[in-house]
Amino acid sequence: MSGEGGASGASEAEPTGAILKVDSVSKRFGDLIAVRDVSLAVPRGELRAIIGPNGAGKTTFFNLLSGFFPPTSGRILFDGRDVTLVAAHRRVELGMARTFQITEIFPELPIHENLRIGAEIAAGYALRPWISRAERAAIQRKVEEILDIAGLASKAHRLVGQLAHGDQRIVEIATALTLQPRLLLLDEPTAGMGDQETYAVSKLVRALHRRGDLSIVLIEHDMRVVFNLAERITVLDQGRLLAEGAPAEIAANSAVQAAYLGEAA
Amino acid sequence: MTVETRKLAGLAAIWLLLVAAPFWTPLVGGYTALGDRVLVLALAAMSVNFLLGFTGVLSFGHAAYFGLGAYGAGFALKFLAPSTPLSLVCGTLLGGIAGALLGLLIVRRRGVYFAMVTIAFGQVLYYIAFQWSSLTGGDDGLRGFSRQPLDLGFTRIDILSNETAFYYFVLVCFALLVAIMGFVLRSPFGRAMIAIRENERRARFLGLAVERHIWIAFTLSCFFIGFAGALYALVNNFADPRGLHYSQSGDFVMMAVMGGMRNFWGPLLGAVVFVVVQDYLSSVTVNWMSFVGLLFVLVVLFFPRGLLGFIGKRAAA
Repeated sequence: MSGEGGASGASEAEPTGAILKVDSVSKRFGDLIAVRDVSLAVPRGELRAIIGPNGAGKTTFFNLLSGFFPPTSGRILFDGRDVTLVAAHRRVELGMARTFQITEIFPELPIHENLRIGAEIAAGYALRPWISRAERAAIQRKVEEILDIAGLASKAHRLVGQLAHGDQRIVEIATALTLQPRLLLLDEPTAGMGDQETYAVSKLVRALHRRGDLSIVLIEHDMRVVFNLAERITVLDQGRLLAEGAPAEIAANSAVQAAYLGEAA
Repeated sequence: MTVETRKLAGLAAIWLLLVAAPFWTPLVGGYTALGDRVLVLALAAMSVNFLLGFTGVLSFGHAAYFGLGAYGAGFALKFLAPSTPLSLVCGTLLGGIAGALLGLLIVRRRGVYFAMVTIAFGQVLYYIAFQWSSLTGGDDGLRGFSRQPLDLGFTRIDILSNETAFYYFVLVCFALLVAIMGFVLRSPFGRAMIAIRENERRARFLGLAVERHIWIAFTLSCFFIGFAGALYALVNNFADPRGLHYSQSGDFVMMAVMGGMRNFWGPLLGAVVFVVVQDYLSSVTVNWMSFVGLLFVLVVLFFPRGLLGFIGKRAAA
């Protein structure tokens, strides 16, 4: 196989260090083409924002990345491995975790239980009728560590359904962290939040990013958050890739301005 | 800490009442066989609730596996060997394996569709049991077998004619199954079940193979209810097609919901209320079921978390 891979094989195994590579991906729902021939590459450790006016196909694109549904055409590579048709829960095992635009949590359970379930599933215990004392302690340590990172330690015993929206959002991100992902996909992490909550979430995202190995891709509407956090920005418009670049380049891009103004008009 | 002690006190009270039942039930107008029925139906309702209350999946056809469990036990006693333990094993296997096979076909369905397919499959089995009279006795039911004395090697317990001995046998079976259910629910497997109940999408994106998990939970609950059905055949020395009917499934769901489906012990309370009301009212009126229905409606309207959920909330307040 390696012998006849030749020229075409070389481009696939490229050592660019891209944690995520998307190759002309499209998604069609009946007559609607929600994502049209989008390609991008996210280098390892980057914090990338995906923006675009409403209906640009951001969430659909995210669903393709996380395996919620397969693309109509194109390829998705995670850490050099083709995951285009890999099921969502298997992508999680490979190191890809996501949060949702509408907060997805276990509302009737306490915070620590939300995290414990994530940590146990990540450890491969989901089918086990029994775990040893040492395994239980290891899970507990991991949960406590993440509670500390997320600043939730003092509230660990509160039911998640009774928390404020901003805290629920943080619990959702913390739950994703129990999976020890290498790539974290955040779908509008500050949607519907006030200034203080937005600040808390941005701070957490930046802290996570600075901890090292974690690559983050986020969709966001709040431009302050985007320009504050992102190292690089990808702009989608009507399902197409409109622009990509550093925040300063995007801010100065006339096509991007037109797309956003067009939406406002 | 106080929560823990209250839980322990509740547990002690439940087991004390169950263990002492043969002594106090006659004082309040009950009889031992009533206790057998309560325990067996509670086991069945708890099996249904294992899915409904802890995985969030409603099976409306669980009586099929209950009925199969009863036939399995009856066939074993009638055609295989006169052994009570063997009959329990055969009934459990028949119910559980049938559930495992059907489960493969339906784990991708959700909500109403899941409930409808479980009903449909249950009704198919009901009509098979009803029509195949040469094997099952048809509408007259399967007769001509009876539970056998237990041979423990050093002693022999006559559970056939000694009612009290049989009640304790049923209670030991009940305790065994309840212990298994409790153990599973406290394990990582059980917590993942609860994760599916709470938020299936979140569970899936935590990397849980949701369909496989539901299938295993469904299969386990069918083994549990198959065991309850086998025990039911031993209580009555009889098995009949109505044990598989969807109205029987409805009774189990009703017991679970009435007692409190988020509560492990809720279905037991539901079964107590159901059996006692049935026993009392059916001697007064043939329309006893309409009163049970009325009671059910009242409970659902005023105690949406069931009787035990209501009591628990009051105690916590």
